[in-house]
Amino acid sequence: MADISSNFIGVRSPNPFWLASAPPTDKAYNVIRAFEAGWGGVVWKTLGLDPPVVNVSSRYGAVRLGERRIAGLNNIELISDRPLQVNLDEIRRVKRDWPDRAMVVSLMVPCDELSWKTILPMVEDTGADAVELNFGCPHGMSERGMGSAVGQVPEYVGMVAAWVKQHSKLPCIVKLTPNITDIRHPARAAFKGGADAVSLINTINSITTVDLDLMAPTPTVDGKGTHGGYCGPAVRPIALNMVAEIARDAGMRGKPISGIGGIGNWRDAAEFMALGCGTVQVCTAAMHYGFRIVDDMIDGLKNWMDSKGYRRLDDFVGKAVPNVTDWQFLNMAYDIKARIDQDKCVQCGLCHIACEDTSHQAITKQKDGVRHFEVIDEECVGCNLCMHVCPVDGCITMERVDAGGYRNWTTHPNNPMRKAEA
Amino acid sequence: MTRLAHADIQAGRLSSEQLAQNFADIAPPLDRQQALLAAQRCFYCYEAPCTVACPTGIDIPSFIKRISSDNLKGAATDILSANILGGACARVCPTEILCEGSCVRNKDDDKPVQIGALQRYATDWVYASGTQLFERAAATGRRVAVVGAGPAGLACAHALARHGHEIVIFEALERSGGLNEYGIAAYKVPGFVQAEIDWLLGIGGIRIEHGRELGRNLALVELQRDFDAVFLGLGLGAVNALGLPGEHLEGVRNAVDFIAELRQCADLSRMPVGRRVVVIGGGNTAIDAAIQSRRLGAEEVTMVYRRGPETMGATVVEQAFARDEGVRIVHWARPLAINGENGVVEEVQFAYTKPGPDGRPLDTREVFTLAADSVLKAIGQVLDPVEGPALKGGRIAVDAEFRTSLPKVWAGGDCVGGKVDLTVQSVEDGKRAAASIHSSLNVSAG
Ligand SMILES: Cc1cc2nc3c(=O)[nH]c(=O)nc-3n(C[C@H](O)[C@H](O)[C@H](O)COP(=O)(O)OP(=O)(O)OC[C@H]3O[C@@H](n4cnc5c(N)ncnc54)[C@H](O)[C@@H]3O)c2cc1C
Ligand SMILES: Cc1cc2nc3c(=O)[nH]c(=O)nc-3n(C[C@H](O)[C@H](O)[C@H](O)COP(=O)(O)O)c2cc1C
Ligand code: SF4
Ligand code: SF4
Ligand code: SF4
Repeated sequence: MADISSNFIGVRSPNPFWLASAPPTDKAYNVIRAFEAGWGGVVWKTLGLDPPVVNVSSRYGAVRLGERRIAGLNNIELISDRPLQVNLDEIRRVKRDWPDRAMVVSLMVPCDELSWKTILPMVEDTGADAVELNFGCPHGMSERGMGSAVGQVPEYVGMVAAWVKQHSKLPCIVKLTPNITDIRHPARAAFKGGADAVSLINTINSITTVDLDLMAPTPTVDGKGTHGGYCGPAVRPIALNMVAEIARDAGMRGKPISGIGGIGNWRDAAEFMALGCGTVQVCTAAMHYGFRIVDDMIDGLKNWMDSKGYRRLDDFVGKAVPNVTDWQFLNMAYDIKARIDQDKCVQCGLCHIACEDTSHQAITKQKDGVRHFEVIDEECVGCNLCMHVCPVDGCITMERVDAGGYRNWTTHPNNPMRKAEA
Repeated sequence: MTRLAHADIQAGRLSSEQLAQNFADIAPPLDRQQALLAAQRCFYCYEAPCTVACPTGIDIPSFIKRISSDNLKGAATDILSANILGGACARVCPTEILCEGSCVRNKDDDKPVQIGALQRYATDWVYASGTQLFERAAATGRRVAVVGAGPAGLACAHALARHGHEIVIFEALERSGGLNEYGIAAYKVPGFVQAEIDWLLGIGGIRIEHGRELGRNLALVELQRDFDAVFLGLGLGAVNALGLPGEHLEGVRNAVDFIAELRQCADLSRMPVGRRVVVIGGGNTAIDAAIQSRRLGAEEVTMVYRRGPETMGATVVEQAFARDEGVRIVHWARPLAINGENGVVEEVQFAYTKPGPDGRPLDTREVFTLAADSVLKAIGQVLDPVEGPALKGGRIAVDAEFRTSLPKVWAGGDCVGGKVDLTVQSVEDGKRAAASIHSSLNVSAG
């Protein structure tokens, strides 16, 4: 059976599944339950300097999608609201009792060297394995010049990372905020400052819903709301892209990444890892279903690795990175057409109307006067919209019809900036 | 005389609590969560097969989508603008042979979207709150007479009232609703029929005169003379007779009369029912009479039909329901005679039948008898003859626009019987006839 033990920037854990810094890792009670359930590591809920912050009540808003109660979750929580020493004592105790698990401590203190110099030795003293710098929190803390207020300025990111490396021996992970135009800039700055790894994404600025009776955003705190941080399944595609942007960047290729954002099962995790993440972190899925979800993540990943012949995580981590390219290099000679399996088709007509109204008028709705859906090859451009709208699994597939060959946009005659064909 | 010893027909076979339970809403309403879950199963088909299968053409994917966004007013408007008795139809339509029977989800998931239940969910609040969804156009001064306050007559009247015409409905019976009020099985529409009609009449411009029967205290020629148009929604007032010896015996009656009595009975513990009931026929009426007899406490209920299950008027779902209720269904048998003593029924004699060369049943030599305290005849309702309009196949002949052979006279519903004798079809007939009447009245817009 595949070995899924992980060594990420020197931090070892029996599996690559960590709980992200958030309520699930807020205190010893939760973290012990998580370790009992099998989680490989945790990033302790972000610590700050005393006095602790104060949280409000009503902290979450959720986006529902059909039966799925939490397609996306938004929160207006701040960092740990417990005294620093209480957290440090618990971290020490838990790490002592669970030496094989990764214990990473998330930190957020004001953007001055003294603050960092003060807190780092205290953390180091607990026996923790690494620190994660929270430059991501998009609400509450940023107004105080911390969190994403730092994360949005690459120079600050680099500067703080350098302080941390200077005042501590611990491996340093910089957690990036996605609330930025180009994720590569803060990532480069983090590595330049000496960070050992980046983790991403933190939550995305969001308003989940607007309560149309109260005329206020949710979560609503006594009639008012504020933007919060969005996470959960809905953010996964955004996170995957940001991870890939860093992983395929010429200057950062191969740098350690801990992937975060909407991970809920082994498959989600494997996708992040295929794009170069050495570990993954989970928050919302655990908050939705409890710690037991790690069961499926562990044996699901092993079973999949076995089926593919991957013996260790390194055998597939980053394997998809070379296949992420720029649009201009995609093969324009490649051609596919939609195929409808008439035995599976339930005749809902969704493929027809999608193609008819919004695409290429390539699906008929009748044949010899009866309801019948069929692709007109000459019109089908192979966009596969119909495949996505079809409610029946495997009913519409795409068949390759080209004769092979390769041609891309860089040399295409329609490209005014084309290069001469080699 | 030892009458009672033979014909055991009595009220109060079950406790009031048991009766209340047996005649309570057979398909209780969905709550919001159930409705949202059910709505989610709808694919929102394009040119949806379910809509094609609905005789009134309700835009089903559209109303279900509106339910999903909590737009119940929009959903109800979708439904009621196509079918003004959408609430009744949500309860009484045999959806398994209509919309739900055509739902594409039967193919990929073996069960249809619960269209009927969702239709009820979308409309229930309308009657409860009395919200009027439709506005009446300015009065046109045109007057239309509608005969019969059944589904066809009510649908026709409402559509015409919306156009601003003035409607008088003449109804023979004491209460409005036609078979909704007197025929549909009690547990399908508890407490609902009159609430729906009250809401429907809320549009204004419709007056109902009860106790007015065409052919008795009302003449068609007068209506033609006094009104700009006449619509006949008479239903089927008469019942086929068996033409057998013993049909007159005490304890033998028409199933529709039994059901009507039950429907009008305010206290079901006073509703008499036989101990051993034999129902003759294989349609909805037979099934409903059989099930309701059981639910009133009849000990043994046997339905006897002269052909096989495929040709029964009752759908497969209804047949299964009857069996679940403990009704025994005997196929391929025909009554020969009803026997009794002292004028009271005792038994029914049957011959087994078999399919003849043309599919019609032929008697075999085998006979059997069933002891009976009550015999309910349900071998089909027929048109009560009306003087005036030409008939075709025993029903009033109409053209595609529901015009009869008489000038200014339209007809629809069971009394014309084009397709299926169902509430929903009658509503559609009434609606179409109203459209034709309205255009004939030639009211210029504005
Ligand atoms: C027992 C039974 C159960 C049924 N169950 C179902 C079911 O579950 N689902 C379903 O879809 N359909 C069912 N049907 C069929 C459905 O009830 C009819 O198709 C529908 O009611 C026909 O509507 P209508 O308006 O044409 O006639 P009716 O409902 O029969 O209404 C006709 C009206 O006209 C009045 N009238 C008749 N003659 C005169 C006259 N001369 N002068 C004045 N008024 C007159 C009557 O009193 C009545 O009010 C059932 C029918 C029966 C008999
Ligand atoms: C309620 C809540 C509180 C959070 N608090 C923190 C925090 O203190 N520090 C931090 O770095 N990230 C915090 N996060 C962000 C998560 O660690 C994680 O980056 C994000 O939720 C995306 O992962 P997910 O989609 O698995 O939830 C918080 C998230 C939630 C939902
Ligand atoms: S989840 Fe727990 S703490 Fe939060 S509101 Fe519900 S009961 Fe209260
Ligand atoms: S979307 Fe799929 S099931 Fe629906 S008509 Fe098209 S091919 Fe058939
Ligand atoms: S056929 Fe079924 S799935 Fe399609 S629109 Fe109608 S109810 Fe929805």
